[in-house]
Amino acid sequence: MSDPLVSVTVRQREPEQRLAEREAVAASMAVERLSAFYGSFQALADITFPIHPAAVTAVIGPSGCGKSTFIRCLNRLHELAPGARISGRVLLDGVDIYDPAIDPARVRQLIGMVFQKPNPFPHLSIYDNVLAGIRLHHSRIPKPQADDIVERSLRAAALWDEVKDKLGAPGSSLSGGQQQRLCIARALAIEPEVLLMDEPTSALDPIATYHIEELIAELKRRYTIVIVTHNMQQAARIADYVAFLLAGEERTGRLIEFDTAEQIFTNPKRRETEEYITGKIG
Amino acid sequence: MTGTQLKPAVDTETEFQPRLSLRRKVGAVFGVLTVVAMAIGLLTLGALIVDVVRDGWSVLSWDFILNFPSRRASAAGIRSALVGTIYMMVLTAVIAFPLGVSAAVYLEEFAPKNRLTSFIELNISNLAAVPSIVYGLLGLGIFVRTFALGRSLIAGALTLSLLILPIIIIAGREALRAVPPSIREAGYALGASRWQTVRMFVLPVAMPGILTGTILALSRAIGETAPLITIGALTYVAFTPGSLFDPFTVMPIQIYNWISRPQPAFHQLAAGGIIILLAVLLTFNAVAILLRARLQRQIRD
Repeated sequence: MSDPLVSVTVRQREPEQRLAEREAVAASMAVERLSAFYGSFQALADITFPIHPAAVTAVIGPSGCGKSTFIRCLNRLHELAPGARISGRVLLDGVDIYDPAIDPARVRQLIGMVFQKPNPFPHLSIYDNVLAGIRLHHSRIPKPQADDIVERSLRAAALWDEVKDKLGAPGSSLSGGQQQRLCIARALAIEPEVLLMDEPTSALDPIATYHIEELIAELKRRYTIVIVTHNMQQAARIADYVAFLLAGEERTGRLIEFDTAEQIFTNPKRRETEEYITGKIG
Repeated sequence: MTGTQLKPAVDTETEFQPRLSLRRKVGAVFGVLTVVAMAIGLLTLGALIVDVVRDGWSVLSWDFILNFPSRRASAAGIRSALVGTIYMMVLTAVIAFPLGVSAAVYLEEFAPKNRLTSFIELNISNLAAVPSIVYGLLGLGIFVRTFALGRSLIAGALTLSLLILPIIIIAGREALRAVPPSIREAGYALGASRWQTVRMFVLPVAMPGILTGTILALSRAIGETAPLITIGALTYVAFTPGSLFDPFTVMPIQIYNWISRPQPAFHQLAAGGIIILLAVLLTFNAVAILLRARLQRQIRD
Protein backbone atom coordinates (compact mmCIF):
# COMPACT_ATOMS: atom_id res chain seq x y z
CA MET A 1 0.00 0.00 0.00
CA SER A 2 2.98 2.28 -0.28
CA ASP A 3 2.15 2.99 -3.93
CA PRO A 4 0.10 6.20 -3.80
CA LEU A 5 -2.09 5.17 -6.75
CA VAL A 6 -3.03 1.93 -5.08
CA SER A 7 -3.88 3.62 -1.84
CA VAL A 8 -6.12 6.09 -3.66
CA THR A 9 -8.15 3.30 -5.23
CA VAL A 10 -8.22 1.42 -1.97
CA ARG A 11 -9.47 4.45 -0.06
CA GLN A 12 -12.49 4.81 -2.30
CA ARG A 13 -13.80 1.35 -1.51
CA GLU A 14 -16.11 0.69 1.38
CA PRO A 15 -14.07 0.49 4.56
CA GLU A 16 -15.94 -2.60 5.79
CA GLN A 17 -15.11 -4.37 2.58
CA ARG A 18 -11.49 -3.36 2.78
CA LEU A 19 -11.35 -4.71 6.32
CA ALA A 20 -12.74 -8.01 5.11
CA GLU A 21 -10.39 -8.31 2.14
CA ARG A 22 -7.12 -7.91 3.99
CA GLU A 23 -4.84 -10.88 4.09
CA ALA A 24 -5.41 -12.92 7.19
CA VAL A 25 -2.01 -12.51 8.73
CA ALA A 26 -1.03 -10.59 11.81
CA ALA A 27 -2.21 -7.04 11.30
CA SER A 28 -0.36 -3.84 11.90
CA MET A 29 -1.94 -0.89 13.57
CA ALA A 30 -1.07 2.77 13.75
CA VAL A 31 -2.23 5.45 16.12
CA GLU A 32 -2.29 8.94 14.65
CA ARG A 33 -2.73 12.07 16.77
CA LEU A 34 -5.08 10.23 19.12
CA SER A 35 -6.74 12.28 21.85
CA ALA A 36 -9.36 10.86 24.21
CA PHE A 37 -11.90 12.66 26.35
CA TYR A 38 -14.39 11.90 29.11
CA GLY A 39 -16.77 14.82 28.79
CA SER A 40 -14.63 17.91 29.17
CA PHE A 41 -11.74 16.01 30.74
CA GLN A 42 -8.95 15.15 28.32
CA ALA A 43 -7.38 11.82 29.24
CA LEU A 44 -4.98 11.51 26.29
CA ALA A 45 -3.40 14.08 24.03
CA ASP A 46 -1.99 13.73 20.58
CA ILE A 47 -0.58 10.22 20.69
CA THR A 48 1.12 8.89 17.58
CA PHE A 49 3.06 5.66 17.22
CA PRO A 50 2.98 2.49 15.11
CA ILE A 51 2.00 -0.96 16.35
CA HIS A 52 4.07 -3.52 14.51
CA PRO A 53 2.62 -6.82 13.32
CA ALA A 54 3.43 -10.08 15.09
CA ALA A 55 5.20 -8.29 17.91
CA VAL A 56 4.46 -7.26 21.46
CA THR A 57 4.03 -3.55 22.06
CA ALA A 58 3.96 -2.64 25.74
CA VAL A 59 2.35 0.56 26.98
CA ILE A 60 3.92 1.61 30.26
CA GLY A 61 3.56 4.55 32.58
CA PRO A 62 2.57 5.45 36.13
CA SER A 63 -0.99 5.13 37.43
CA GLY A 64 -3.38 7.66 35.92
CA CYS A 65 -1.32 8.29 32.79
CA GLY A 66 -4.13 7.06 30.55
CA LYS A 67 -2.72 3.62 29.66
CA SER A 68 -6.06 1.88 30.08
CA THR A 69 -7.93 4.62 28.25
CA PHE A 70 -5.41 4.29 25.45
CA ILE A 71 -5.81 0.56 24.98
CA ARG A 72 -9.60 0.92 25.15
CA CYS A 73 -9.41 3.34 22.23
CA LEU A 74 -7.82 0.60 20.12
CA ASN A 75 -10.98 -1.53 20.05
CA ARG A 76 -13.50 1.28 20.52
CA LEU A 77 -14.45 0.26 24.06
CA HIS A 78 -13.63 3.76 25.25
CA GLU A 79 -16.66 5.23 23.52
CA LEU A 80 -19.03 3.12 25.67
CA ALA A 81 -18.32 5.28 28.71
CA PRO A 82 -20.79 8.15 29.11
CA GLY A 83 -19.52 11.32 27.46
CA ALA A 84 -16.45 9.60 26.03
CA ARG A 85 -15.10 10.59 22.62
CA ILE A 86 -11.84 10.67 20.72
CA SER A 87 -10.14 12.62 18.00
CA GLY A 88 -7.43 11.42 15.66
CA ARG A 89 -7.18 8.11 13.86
CA VAL A 90 -6.54 4.49 14.73
CA LEU A 91 -5.62 2.41 11.71
CA LEU A 92 -5.88 -1.34 11.32
CA ASP A 93 -3.90 -2.30 8.22
CA GLY A 94 -4.47 1.21 6.89
CA VAL A 95 -8.23 1.30 7.58
CA ASP A 96 -9.46 3.82 10.14
CA ILE A 97 -11.45 1.83 12.68
CA TYR A 98 -13.29 5.04 13.61
CA ASP A 99 -14.59 5.49 10.07
CA PRO A 100 -18.35 6.16 10.43
CA ALA A 101 -19.05 3.34 7.97
CA ILE A 102 -17.50 0.79 10.30
CA ASP A 103 -19.50 -1.07 12.91
CA PRO A 104 -17.67 -1.05 16.25
CA ALA A 105 -18.77 -4.65 16.84
CA ARG A 106 -16.79 -5.65 13.73
CA VAL A 107 -13.74 -3.83 15.06
CA ARG A 108 -13.96 -5.62 18.40
CA GLN A 109 -14.20 -8.94 16.64
CA LEU A 110 -10.93 -8.29 14.82
CA ILE A 111 -9.22 -6.76 17.83
CA GLY A 112 -9.69 -9.01 20.84
CA MET A 113 -9.23 -7.92 24.42
CA VAL A 114 -8.21 -9.44 27.74
CA PHE A 115 -8.95 -7.47 30.89
CA GLN A 116 -7.16 -6.76 34.11
CA LYS A 117 -9.45 -8.92 36.21
CA PRO A 118 -10.34 -12.29 34.67
CA ASN A 119 -14.00 -12.03 33.65
CA PRO A 120 -15.29 -15.37 32.41
CA PHE A 121 -19.07 -15.44 32.06
CA PRO A 122 -20.20 -16.93 35.40
CA HIS A 123 -23.32 -18.57 34.00
CA LEU A 124 -21.48 -20.45 31.24
CA SER A 125 -19.35 -23.58 31.30
CA ILE A 126 -15.71 -23.54 30.21
CA TYR A 127 -16.83 -24.92 26.86
CA ASP A 128 -19.53 -22.28 26.37
CA ASN A 129 -17.26 -19.48 27.54
CA VAL A 130 -14.86 -20.27 24.71
CA LEU A 131 -17.72 -20.35 22.21
CA ALA A 132 -19.46 -17.21 23.51
CA GLY A 133 -17.98 -14.96 20.83
CA ILE A 134 -18.68 -17.41 18.00
CA ARG A 135 -22.28 -17.83 19.09
CA LEU A 136 -22.85 -14.09 18.78
CA HIS A 137 -22.40 -14.45 15.05
CA HIS A 138 -23.48 -18.02 14.35
CA SER A 139 -26.24 -19.13 16.66
CA ARG A 140 -26.03 -22.75 15.51
CA ILE A 141 -22.72 -24.39 14.84
CA PRO A 142 -22.38 -28.13 14.35
CA LYS A 143 -21.04 -29.96 17.40
CA PRO A 144 -17.86 -31.32 15.75
CA GLN A 145 -16.93 -27.86 14.54
CA ALA A 146 -17.66 -26.37 17.96
CA ASP A 147 -15.57 -29.06 19.66
CA ASP A 148 -12.75 -28.27 17.28
CA ILE A 149 -12.87 -24.53 17.96
CA VAL A 150 -12.93 -25.12 21.72
CA GLU A 151 -9.95 -27.46 21.64
CA ARG A 152 -7.94 -25.25 19.28
CA SER A 153 -8.61 -22.09 21.34
CA LEU A 154 -7.87 -23.75 24.67
CA ARG A 155 -4.67 -25.24 23.28
CA ALA A 156 -3.63 -21.85 21.93
CA ALA A 157 -4.23 -20.42 25.41
CA ALA A 158 -2.20 -23.28 26.99
CA LEU A 159 -5.19 -24.36 29.05
CA TRP A 160 -6.39 -27.48 27.23
CA ASP A 161 -4.52 -30.07 29.27
CA GLU A 162 -5.78 -28.64 32.54
CA VAL A 163 -9.47 -28.46 31.61
CA LYS A 164 -10.06 -31.06 28.90
CA ASP A 165 -11.77 -33.40 31.38
CA LYS A 166 -14.09 -30.78 32.85
CA LEU A 167 -15.24 -28.66 29.95
CA GLY A 168 -18.75 -28.64 31.41
CA ALA A 169 -17.62 -27.06 34.69
CA PRO A 170 -18.43 -23.39 35.22
CA GLY A 171 -15.72 -21.01 34.04
CA SER A 172 -15.70 -19.40 37.46
CA SER A 173 -14.61 -22.68 39.08
CA LEU A 174 -11.06 -22.27 37.72
CA SER A 175 -8.18 -20.57 39.51
CA GLY A 176 -7.43 -16.93 38.73
CA GLY A 177 -4.63 -17.73 36.31
CA GLN A 178 -6.68 -20.41 34.58
CA GLN A 179 -9.61 -17.99 34.33
CA GLN A 180 -7.37 -15.46 32.65
CA ARG A 181 -6.17 -18.06 30.16
CA LEU A 182 -9.83 -19.00 29.59
CA CYS A 183 -10.47 -15.35 28.76
CA ILE A 184 -7.55 -15.45 26.33
CA ALA A 185 -9.00 -18.60 24.74
CA ARG A 186 -12.36 -16.87 24.50
CA ALA A 187 -10.73 -13.92 22.74
CA LEU A 188 -8.76 -16.19 20.38
CA ALA A 189 -11.79 -18.31 19.44
CA ILE A 190 -13.17 -15.60 17.17
CA GLU A 191 -9.81 -15.41 15.38
CA PRO A 192 -8.83 -11.81 15.98
CA GLU A 193 -5.78 -10.30 14.37
CA VAL A 194 -4.78 -8.12 17.27
CA LEU A 195 -4.92 -9.00 20.95
CA LEU A 196 -5.16 -6.20 23.50
CA MET A 197 -4.23 -6.97 27.09
CA ASP A 198 -4.98 -4.49 29.85
CA GLU A 199 -2.68 -5.43 32.75
CA PRO A 200 -3.55 -9.09 32.28
CA THR A 201 -1.42 -10.34 35.15
CA SER A 202 -1.92 -7.67 37.81
CA ALA A 203 -4.54 -9.80 39.59
CA LEU A 204 -2.47 -12.99 39.36
CA ASP A 205 0.20 -14.66 41.46
CA PRO A 206 3.78 -14.98 40.14
CA ILE A 207 3.37 -18.53 38.82
CA ALA A 208 0.20 -17.68 36.92
CA THR A 209 1.92 -14.52 35.67
CA TYR A 210 4.79 -16.62 34.39
CA HIS A 211 2.36 -18.87 32.48
CA ILE A 212 0.66 -15.89 30.88
CA GLU A 213 3.97 -14.33 29.87
CA GLU A 214 5.10 -17.60 28.28
CA LEU A 215 1.81 -17.67 26.44
CA ILE A 216 2.27 -14.11 25.18
CA ALA A 217 5.68 -15.01 23.80
CA GLU A 218 4.05 -17.90 21.95
CA LEU A 219 1.05 -15.92 20.72
CA LYS A 220 3.07 -13.09 19.22
CA ARG A 221 4.15 -15.35 16.38
CA ARG A 222 0.62 -15.19 15.05
CA TYR A 223 -0.95 -12.18 16.67
CA THR A 224 -0.16 -8.54 17.05
CA ILE A 225 -0.21 -7.87 20.77
CA VAL A 226 -0.60 -4.64 22.70
CA ILE A 227 -0.18 -4.98 26.44
CA VAL A 228 -0.63 -2.39 29.15
CA THR A 229 1.48 -3.04 32.20
CA HIS A 230 2.61 -1.12 35.24
CA ASN A 231 5.30 -3.71 35.80
CA MET A 232 8.58 -2.61 34.24
CA GLN A 233 10.21 -6.01 34.58
CA GLN A 234 7.30 -7.53 32.74
CA ALA A 235 7.63 -5.03 29.91
CA ALA A 236 11.34 -5.74 29.72
CA ARG A 237 10.72 -9.51 29.62
CA ILE A 238 8.04 -9.65 26.95
CA ALA A 239 7.94 -6.47 24.88
CA ASP A 240 9.50 -5.82 21.49
CA TYR A 241 8.39 -2.20 21.45
CA VAL A 242 7.57 0.11 24.32
CA ALA A 243 5.46 3.25 24.47
CA PHE A 244 5.92 5.34 27.59
CA LEU A 245 3.01 7.56 28.59
CA LEU A 246 3.10 10.20 31.28
CA ALA A 247 0.49 12.64 32.56
CA GLY A 248 1.33 16.09 33.87
CA GLU A 249 -0.48 18.22 36.42
CA GLU A 250 -3.61 18.41 34.27
CA ARG A 251 -3.70 14.55 34.25
CA THR A 252 -3.70 14.35 30.46
CA GLY A 253 -1.55 11.46 29.24
CA ARG A 254 1.03 12.16 26.55
CA LEU A 255 3.45 9.94 24.71
CA ILE A 256 6.93 10.63 26.05
CA GLU A 257 8.83 8.07 24.09
CA PHE A 258 8.26 5.19 21.71
CA ASP A 259 11.06 2.85 20.70
CA THR A 260 12.19 -0.73 20.70
CA ALA A 261 12.23 -2.29 24.13
CA GLU A 262 15.99 -2.54 23.99
CA GLN A 263 16.41 1.18 23.35
CA ILE A 264 13.89 2.18 26.02
CA PHE A 265 15.42 0.02 28.71
CA THR A 266 19.09 0.48 27.90
CA ASN A 267 19.33 3.84 26.26
CA PRO A 268 16.23 6.01 26.72
CA LYS A 269 16.36 9.33 24.95
CA ARG A 270 14.15 11.26 27.31
CA ARG A 271 15.01 12.11 30.88
CA GLU A 272 11.45 11.27 32.08
CA THR A 273 11.70 7.76 30.60
CA GLU A 274 14.95 7.14 32.37
CA GLU A 275 13.58 8.42 35.65
CA TYR A 276 10.52 6.21 35.34
CA ILE A 277 12.31 3.00 34.46
CA THR A 278 14.83 3.53 37.20
CA GLY A 279 12.02 4.09 39.69
CA LYS A 280 12.58 7.77 40.37
CA ILE A 281 9.07 8.79 39.32
CA GLY A 282 5.73 7.05 39.25
CA MET B 1 11.06 3.63 56.08
CA THR B 2 14.17 5.42 57.02
CA GLY B 3 16.37 4.89 60.04
CA THR B 4 14.74 7.61 62.09
CA GLN B 5 12.00 6.67 64.50
CA LEU B 6 8.54 7.16 63.01
CA LYS B 7 6.56 9.51 65.20
CA PRO B 8 3.01 8.28 65.83
CA ALA B 9 0.24 10.76 65.10
CA VAL B 10 -1.15 10.22 68.59
CA ASP B 11 0.59 9.05 71.70
CA THR B 12 -0.21 5.35 71.63
CA GLU B 13 0.39 4.88 75.34
CA THR B 14 -2.49 7.10 76.39
CA GLU B 15 -4.72 7.60 73.34
CA PHE B 16 -5.01 4.16 71.82
CA GLN B 17 -6.93 1.69 73.95
CA PRO B 18 -8.26 -1.27 72.10
CA ARG B 19 -11.11 -1.73 74.64
CA LEU B 20 -11.50 -5.28 73.41
CA SER B 21 -13.82 -6.47 76.19
CA LEU B 22 -16.23 -3.59 75.60
CA ARG B 23 -16.28 -4.29 71.88
CA ARG B 24 -16.96 -7.95 72.53
CA LYS B 25 -19.86 -7.03 74.85
CA VAL B 26 -21.38 -4.66 72.29
CA GLY B 27 -21.10 -7.42 69.70
CA ALA B 28 -22.83 -9.93 71.97
CA VAL B 29 -25.66 -7.51 72.82
CA PHE B 30 -26.21 -6.81 69.14
CA GLY B 31 -26.28 -10.52 68.38
CA VAL B 32 -28.98 -11.08 71.02
CA LEU B 33 -31.02 -8.15 69.64
CA THR B 34 -31.05 -9.64 66.15
CA VAL B 35 -32.17 -13.02 67.50
CA VAL B 36 -34.99 -11.31 69.42
CA ALA B 37 -36.04 -9.44 66.29
CA MET B 38 -36.16 -12.65 64.32
CA ALA B 39 -37.98 -14.48 67.10
CA ILE B 40 -40.77 -11.89 67.20
CA GLY B 41 -41.50 -12.46 63.52
CA LEU B 42 -41.18 -16.21 63.77
CA LEU B 43 -43.28 -16.57 66.93
CA THR B 44 -46.07 -14.45 65.47
CA LEU B 45 -46.15 -16.59 62.38
CA GLY B 46 -45.98 -19.75 64.49
CA ALA B 47 -48.88 -18.62 66.68
CA LEU B 48 -50.97 -17.85 63.61
CA ILE B 49 -50.28 -21.21 62.05
CA VAL B 50 -51.02 -23.11 65.27
CA ASP B 51 -54.29 -21.21 65.70
CA VAL B 52 -55.37 -21.78 62.11
CA VAL B 53 -54.44 -25.44 62.07
CA ARG B 54 -56.30 -26.05 65.35
CA ASP B 55 -59.45 -24.51 63.91
CA GLY B 56 -59.21 -25.84 60.41
CA TRP B 57 -57.59 -29.24 60.60
CA SER B 58 -60.91 -31.03 61.13
CA VAL B 59 -62.40 -29.74 57.87
CA LEU B 60 -59.43 -30.67 55.69
CA SER B 61 -60.36 -33.54 53.41
CA TRP B 62 -60.53 -34.31 49.71
CA ASP B 63 -64.16 -33.33 49.85
CA PHE B 64 -63.23 -29.90 51.11
CA ILE B 65 -60.78 -29.43 48.26
CA LEU B 66 -63.01 -30.89 45.54
CA ASN B 67 -66.43 -29.51 46.53
CA PHE B 68 -67.87 -26.24 45.39
CA PRO B 69 -69.05 -23.76 48.03
CA SER B 70 -72.43 -24.46 49.54
CA ARG B 71 -74.96 -22.93 51.86
CA ARG B 72 -74.54 -25.97 54.08
CA ALA B 73 -71.21 -25.83 55.85
CA SER B 74 -70.88 -29.62 55.92
CA ALA B 75 -70.98 -29.81 52.10
CA ALA B 76 -68.98 -26.65 51.32
CA GLY B 77 -65.60 -26.86 49.62
CA ILE B 78 -62.98 -24.57 48.16
CA ARG B 79 -62.67 -26.01 44.66
CA SER B 80 -63.69 -22.95 42.63
CA ALA B 81 -61.54 -20.62 44.73
CA LEU B 82 -58.52 -22.93 44.61
CA VAL B 83 -58.73 -23.31 40.84
CA GLY B 84 -59.35 -19.57 40.51
CA THR B 85 -56.27 -18.76 42.56
CA ILE B 86 -54.05 -21.11 40.58
CA TYR B 87 -55.29 -19.70 37.25
CA MET B 88 -54.90 -16.18 38.61
CA MET B 89 -51.31 -16.76 39.73
CA VAL B 90 -50.20 -18.39 36.50
CA LEU B 91 -51.85 -15.67 34.39
CA THR B 92 -50.45 -12.89 36.54
CA ALA B 93 -46.95 -14.37 36.38
CA VAL B 94 -47.19 -14.82 32.60
CA ILE B 95 -48.30 -11.20 32.14
CA ALA B 96 -46.25 -9.39 34.78
CA PHE B 97 -42.91 -11.21 34.55
CA PRO B 98 -42.01 -10.45 30.91
CA LEU B 99 -43.40 -6.92 31.17
CA GLY B 100 -41.56 -6.18 34.40
CA VAL B 101 -38.27 -7.65 33.26
CA SER B 102 -38.45 -5.81 29.94
CA ALA B 103 -39.17 -2.52 31.69
CA ALA B 104 -36.27 -3.12 34.09
CA VAL B 105 -33.93 -3.95 31.20
CA TYR B 106 -34.97 -0.82 29.35
CA LEU B 107 -34.54 1.46 32.36
CA GLU B 108 -31.25 -0.08 33.45
CA GLU B 109 -29.53 -0.90 30.17
CA PHE B 110 -30.97 1.27 27.42
CA ALA B 111 -32.65 4.39 28.78
CA PRO B 112 -30.59 7.57 28.78
CA LYS B 113 -29.94 8.92 32.26
CA ASN B 114 -31.87 12.18 32.26
CA ARG B 115 -34.64 13.98 34.15
CA LEU B 116 -37.39 12.09 32.40
CA THR B 117 -35.99 8.69 33.38
CA SER B 118 -35.35 9.73 36.97
CA PHE B 119 -38.93 11.02 37.09
CA ILE B 120 -40.14 7.64 35.82
CA GLU B 121 -37.98 5.86 38.40
CA LEU B 122 -39.38 7.96 41.23
CA ASN B 123 -42.91 7.19 40.10
CA ILE B 124 -42.31 3.46 39.88
CA SER B 125 -41.09 3.50 43.47
CA ASN B 126 -44.22 5.43 44.43
CA LEU B 127 -46.47 2.99 42.59
CA ALA B 128 -45.09 0.15 44.68
CA ALA B 129 -46.56 1.88 47.74
CA VAL B 130 -50.02 2.65 46.33
CA PRO B 131 -52.82 0.80 48.24
CA SER B 132 -54.05 -2.20 46.33
CA ILE B 133 -57.67 -1.02 46.30
CA VAL B 134 -56.59 1.87 44.08
CA TYR B 135 -55.37 -0.68 41.56
CA GLY B 136 -58.75 -2.35 41.88
CA LEU B 137 -60.49 0.91 40.95
CA LEU B 138 -58.07 1.34 38.05
CA GLY B 139 -58.76 -2.21 36.86
CA LEU B 140 -62.49 -1.63 37.17
CA GLY B 141 -62.26 1.49 35.04
CA ILE B 142 -59.86 0.20 32.40
CA PHE B 143 -60.18 -3.55 32.07
CA VAL B 144 -63.75 -4.25 33.25
CA ARG B 145 -65.47 -1.22 31.70
CA THR B 146 -63.33 0.39 28.94
CA PHE B 147 -62.00 -2.88 27.52
CA ALA B 148 -65.32 -4.55 28.37
CA LEU B 149 -63.63 -7.61 29.80
CA GLY B 150 -66.29 -7.83 32.48
CA ARG B 151 -65.75 -9.46 35.85
CA SER B 152 -63.47 -12.00 34.22
CA LEU B 153 -60.38 -13.94 35.13
CA ILE B 154 -58.33 -11.97 32.64
CA ALA B 155 -59.48 -8.63 34.04
CA GLY B 156 -58.42 -9.81 37.51
CA ALA B 157 -55.05 -11.06 36.28
CA LEU B 158 -54.36 -7.81 34.45
CA THR B 159 -55.25 -5.83 37.57
CA LEU B 160 -52.98 -7.93 39.78
CA SER B 161 -50.24 -7.64 37.15
CA LEU B 162 -50.41 -3.86 37.38
CA LEU B 163 -50.24 -4.17 41.14
CA ILE B 164 -47.02 -6.21 41.18
CA LEU B 165 -45.30 -4.68 38.14
CA PRO B 166 -43.54 -1.96 40.17
CA ILE B 167 -42.17 -4.58 42.58
CA ILE B 168 -40.82 -6.72 39.74
CA ILE B 169 -39.35 -3.69 37.98
CA ILE B 170 -37.58 -2.45 41.11
CA ALA B 171 -36.21 -5.91 41.95
CA GLY B 172 -35.20 -6.44 38.34
CA ARG B 173 -33.29 -3.19 38.20
CA GLU B 174 -31.46 -3.98 41.44
CA ALA B 175 -30.48 -7.38 40.06
CA LEU B 176 -29.27 -5.91 36.76
CA ARG B 177 -27.31 -3.23 38.56
CA ALA B 178 -25.59 -5.91 40.62
CA VAL B 179 -24.11 -7.52 37.48
CA PRO B 180 -20.48 -6.39 37.41
CA PRO B 181 -19.54 -4.03 34.56
CA SER B 182 -16.73 -6.43 33.65
CA ILE B 183 -19.37 -8.88 32.33
CA ARG B 184 -20.74 -6.23 29.99
CA GLU B 185 -17.24 -5.28 28.85
CA ALA B 186 -16.42 -8.91 28.16
CA GLY B 187 -19.49 -9.09 25.93
CA TYR B 188 -18.74 -5.90 24.04
CA ALA B 189 -15.09 -6.90 23.60
CA LEU B 190 -16.23 -10.07 21.80
CA GLY B 191 -18.13 -7.96 19.29
CA ALA B 192 -21.56 -8.28 20.88
CA SER B 193 -24.17 -5.63 20.25
CA ARG B 194 -25.84 -3.98 23.19
CA TRP B 195 -28.87 -6.22 22.91
CA GLN B 196 -26.73 -9.35 22.59
CA THR B 197 -24.72 -8.32 25.63
CA VAL B 198 -27.89 -7.88 27.66
CA ARG B 199 -29.63 -11.02 26.47
CA MET B 200 -26.72 -13.45 26.47
CA PHE B 201 -24.54 -12.24 29.31
CA VAL B 202 -26.23 -9.73 31.62
CA LEU B 203 -29.78 -11.11 31.95
CA PRO B 204 -28.73 -14.69 32.75
CA VAL B 205 -26.43 -13.47 35.51
CA ALA B 206 -29.17 -11.22 36.93
CA MET B 207 -31.91 -13.86 36.65
CA PRO B 208 -31.69 -15.31 40.20
CA GLY B 209 -32.16 -11.83 41.67
CA ILE B 210 -35.01 -11.06 39.30
CA LEU B 211 -36.70 -14.33 40.29
CA THR B 212 -36.39 -13.47 43.99
CA GLY B 213 -38.25 -10.23 43.36
CA THR B 214 -40.87 -12.01 41.31
CA ILE B 215 -41.44 -14.59 44.07
CA LEU B 216 -42.04 -11.79 46.57
CA ALA B 217 -44.35 -9.98 44.17
CA LEU B 218 -46.43 -13.05 43.37
CA SER B 219 -46.68 -13.91 47.06
CA ARG B 220 -48.21 -10.52 47.56
CA ALA B 221 -50.62 -11.00 44.66
CA ILE B 222 -51.84 -14.39 45.90
CA GLY B 223 -53.15 -12.86 49.11
CA GLU B 224 -54.88 -9.86 47.57
CA THR B 225 -58.61 -9.50 48.16
CA ALA B 226 -59.49 -5.84 47.86
CA PRO B 227 -58.66 -5.16 44.20
CA LEU B 228 -60.40 -8.32 43.05
CA ILE B 229 -63.55 -7.53 45.01
CA THR B 230 -63.44 -4.05 43.51
CA ILE B 231 -63.38 -5.36 39.96
CA GLY B 232 -66.27 -7.65 40.82
CA ALA B 233 -64.91 -11.09 41.60
CA LEU B 234 -67.79 -13.22 42.85
CA THR B 235 -68.03 -14.56 46.35
CA TYR B 236 -70.18 -17.53 45.48
CA VAL B 237 -69.04 -19.49 42.45
CA ALA B 238 -70.27 -23.01 41.88
CA PHE B 239 -68.15 -23.70 38.80
CA THR B 240 -64.53 -23.42 37.72
CA PRO B 241 -63.72 -20.85 35.03
CA GLY B 242 -63.62 -22.46 31.60
CA SER B 243 -62.06 -19.55 29.74
CA LEU B 244 -60.20 -16.33 30.40
CA PHE B 245 -63.44 -14.40 30.18
CA ASP B 246 -65.39 -16.33 32.79
CA PRO B 247 -66.22 -14.98 36.24
CA PHE B 248 -64.08 -16.30 39.04
CA THR B 249 -63.29 -16.20 42.69
CA VAL B 250 -60.05 -16.67 44.58
CA MET B 251 -59.21 -18.15 47.95
CA PRO B 252 -58.79 -14.93 49.96
CA ILE B 253 -62.25 -13.83 48.86
CA GLN B 254 -63.77 -17.20 49.73
CA ILE B 255 -62.09 -17.10 53.12
CA TYR B 256 -63.32 -13.58 53.71
CA ASN B 257 -66.82 -14.66 52.78
CA TRP B 258 -66.81 -17.61 55.16
CA ILE B 259 -65.35 -15.63 58.03
CA SER B 260 -68.02 -12.97 57.75
CA ARG B 261 -70.81 -15.51 58.27
CA PRO B 262 -72.23 -15.96 61.76
CA GLN B 263 -72.15 -19.79 61.94
CA PRO B 264 -69.03 -21.21 63.64
CA ALA B 265 -68.93 -24.10 61.14
CA PHE B 266 -68.04 -21.60 58.40
CA HIS B 267 -65.25 -20.16 60.55
CA GLN B 268 -63.72 -23.64 60.57
CA LEU B 269 -64.03 -23.73 56.79
CA ALA B 270 -62.23 -20.38 56.64
CA ALA B 271 -59.38 -21.79 58.69
CA GLY B 272 -59.22 -24.79 56.39
CA GLY B 273 -59.12 -22.42 53.42
CA ILE B 274 -56.22 -20.53 54.98
CA ILE B 275 -54.27 -23.78 55.34
CA ILE B 276 -54.86 -24.58 51.66
CA LEU B 277 -53.92 -21.03 50.66
CA LEU B 278 -50.65 -21.30 52.61
CA ALA B 279 -49.95 -24.66 50.98
CA VAL B 280 -50.49 -23.21 47.49
CA LEU B 281 -48.30 -20.21 48.31
CA LEU B 282 -45.52 -22.47 49.59
CA THR B 283 -45.76 -24.67 46.50
CA PHE B 284 -45.51 -21.69 44.16
CA ASN B 285 -42.54 -20.31 46.06
CA ALA B 286 -40.85 -23.69 46.23
CA VAL B 287 -41.02 -24.04 42.46
CA ALA B 288 -39.60 -20.55 41.95
CA ILE B 289 -36.88 -21.12 44.55
CA LEU B 290 -35.88 -24.43 42.96
CA LEU B 291 -35.65 -22.66 39.61
CA ARG B 292 -33.50 -19.95 41.16
CA ALA B 293 -31.26 -22.47 42.91
CA ARG B 294 -30.62 -24.22 39.62
CA LEU B 295 -29.64 -20.95 37.98
CA GLN B 296 -27.46 -20.00 40.92
CA ARG B 297 -25.62 -23.28 40.90
CA GLN B 298 -24.50 -22.37 37.40
CA ILE B 299 -23.42 -18.91 38.50
CA ARG B 300 -21.68 -19.82 41.76
CA ASP B 301 -18.48 -17.93 42.16
